[in-house]
Amino acid sequence: MTGGWRRQRALIDFAVANMARRRGRNLGLFLAYTLVVFLISGVVLYGDALRREARALLADAPELVVQRLTAGRHDLIPAGWTETLAGLRGVTAVQGRLWGYHYDPALGANLTLWVPLEDAPLPGQVQIGSALAREKGLGRDDVLSFRDAYGKPFPFAVAGTLERQSELANADLMLVNEKDFRAFFAFPQGMFTDLALSVRNPREVRKVAEKVLERLPAARVISREEMARTYEAAFNWRQGLLLSVLSVLLLAFALLAWDKASGLSAEERREIGILKAVGWETGDVLAMKLWEGGLLSLTAFLAGYILAWLHVFHADAPLFTAVLKGWSVLYPRFALVPEVNVAQLASLAFLTVLPYVAATLVPVWRAATLDPDGVMRE
Amino acid sequence: MIFQPPALALLFASSLNALMLTGVGLFALYLLVRWNPASGGEAQIALERRTHLASTLVALSLVLGLPALALFVHTADAMAPFFIGAMCAIGSLKANVWGFPALYTMLAGFFLAAAWLVLNHLDNRGWDYPLIRPKYGLLLLLAPLALAQAVLLWLYFLDLQPAVITSCCGSLFGPAAEGVGHDLAALPVQWARPAYGLVWGLTLASGGLFLARGRGGRVFGVLSGLHLPAALAAVVAFVSLYIYEEPNHHCPFCLLQAEHGHAGWLLYPLLFLGTAAGVGAGLAMGVRADSLQDAGPLAARKLAWVAMAGIGGFGLLAWGYVWRSNLVLG
Repeated sequence: MTGGWRRQRALIDFAVANMARRRGRNLGLFLAYTLVVFLISGVVLYGDALRREARALLADAPELVVQRLTAGRHDLIPAGWTETLAGLRGVTAVQGRLWGYHYDPALGANLTLWVPLEDAPLPGQVQIGSALAREKGLGRDDVLSFRDAYGKPFPFAVAGTLERQSELANADLMLVNEKDFRAFFAFPQGMFTDLALSVRNPREVRKVAEKVLERLPAARVISREEMARTYEAAFNWRQGLLLSVLSVLLLAFALLAWDKASGLSAEERREIGILKAVGWETGDVLAMKLWEGGLLSLTAFLAGYILAWLHVFHADAPLFTAVLKGWSVLYPRFALVPEVNVAQLASLAFLTVLPYVAATLVPVWRAATLDPDGVMRE
Repeated sequence: MIFQPPALALLFASSLNALMLTGVGLFALYLLVRWNPASGGEAQIALERRTHLASTLVALSLVLGLPALALFVHTADAMAPFFIGAMCAIGSLKANVWGFPALYTMLAGFFLAAAWLVLNHLDNRGWDYPLIRPKYGLLLLLAPLALAQAVLLWLYFLDLQPAVITSCCGSLFGPAAEGVGHDLAALPVQWARPAYGLVWGLTLASGGLFLARGRGGRVFGVLSGLHLPAALAAVVAFVSLYIYEEPNHHCPFCLLQAEHGHAGWLLYPLLFLGTAAGVGAGLAMGVRADSLQDAGPLAARKLAWVAMAGIGGFGLLAWGYVWRSNLVLG
């Protein structure tokens, strides 16, 4: 063992013993520190997990979605547009999609009716999202009835519920087949809600979008990247808003840390005086005090981070759900996928440990440079 | 964009760093005027006490420096999908005019702070504060640099517009590009490989000679410093090609991405730490003070070992990527 490390280990031992002697004060500081780390880590972990969830969902979305605009509003798209776009170079497939919203007064929620391009349910059947099934108390073979476009009851037999894993997307979803969809909404034949375009080379997506607009000037083209950017911006904004609010708490904690570090008791001052009188140098006292702060920071950071982790990934994050996930009548319940990355840990350390270290540096230096003679005479 | 947690963390850390180093810079000015080791007066003792605080603040600044640099590059890389045309960190950094200057100040700040810590370590070993003036003179460079870094980072993150069309790395290192990046990318692999091998070999040989015989420490320091641009040129000219296994992809930032095995995260920390330690070793051997006759060479030896590990490790890793690659060039 080298001399330098031996010296540091001795200083750590001394710092731990010192902290144990002032258990009450350090415990109070530790709890406040842990709470601050818990809240900030929770916001960061939850926001990051939601972003990952949104990214995973968009991975299966079409590269481009084409909508028709009439007087600036989304309008139904004629089937003839499919042929207009099918010949575009770089486009591998053009498919008309059918989807729409139905307001359910009993739930007070908008439901999304969707015709899947593959494996659609049989006529008269529906597959429903698990949040909808939960709210309506529905199971397999139960009948779900809504009033159609003519005001008549339109029954659907529940063929199954959709997987919990993708509940972020399918909470309010009803999968039906094309015939039922058109009958329910009185949706004209030969029309679609929008078109999904598959593009072979992702680098050509923008070029293809330009070509679509050249051929169909009345269209609006939305790329998967734009959707991803929109999701990202929404989650960033919500996460940043919460972090900004929490920064006030961080400031209050830094002031508390400053106050605690500045207010040395007479006993502590005498102790430092004695240490210096028996040969400790200013650098030794400084290092010992920095170790105290470092150990407190490390333990509080780990405790706060682990608590935030449990809160977000095992307790559904009740503290942040309303702000970060959004507001909805049919709340999706989904298990977020845990992930630790170094950048996230570094960001959290910068946001939580740094204010503490900065707030205590000057008081620690003041304590370390106390004049032993003067202190022992006090 | 500014609301991303890593961006907030970077802005907070750089602002705090600027605040600390500006304070230390002002103290450095005061110290350079008032320092008088012959005096035993109150003012001189107070100055000596304050040097402890200054050292701790600059040490904290260095502890922040390398992770902040890594976090900045990582954040730029992670933001790439949100700028039209960006494929990696280069696109994000070029999304406005402040990105690259911010990166350069962070790099310069890291190497200057590392040099300062070597001087500080040596100064603390001497009984007569032998390096106090050069040490605090260097702070007059570090403090404005920290301030510039914080200002540039604020400007960069505040001025990020997702609608801006930026350019990808191909525009900087591709055949149609102009400037240093293109010149490096255009270096013929046939002679870039042996040229880098020569610089790397010479640097390690001078380090080995210094460790074995205690001679040539300053030469090793100079060569370690020169090795940095050579290594970066090698990354652009040929190492990147072998890692991507594409004959025209020269980007040094795409190396940080997961699809290339995070190679950049292995290569760059080794290179930067090795360079900082190598230059530090040269600096430690270059100081002339009676009170540092033993401490100087001792510190230089320790630093040289770190530098050999860093520079040696970087080179071995780079040659390993070249050797393992399926790409066949010239």
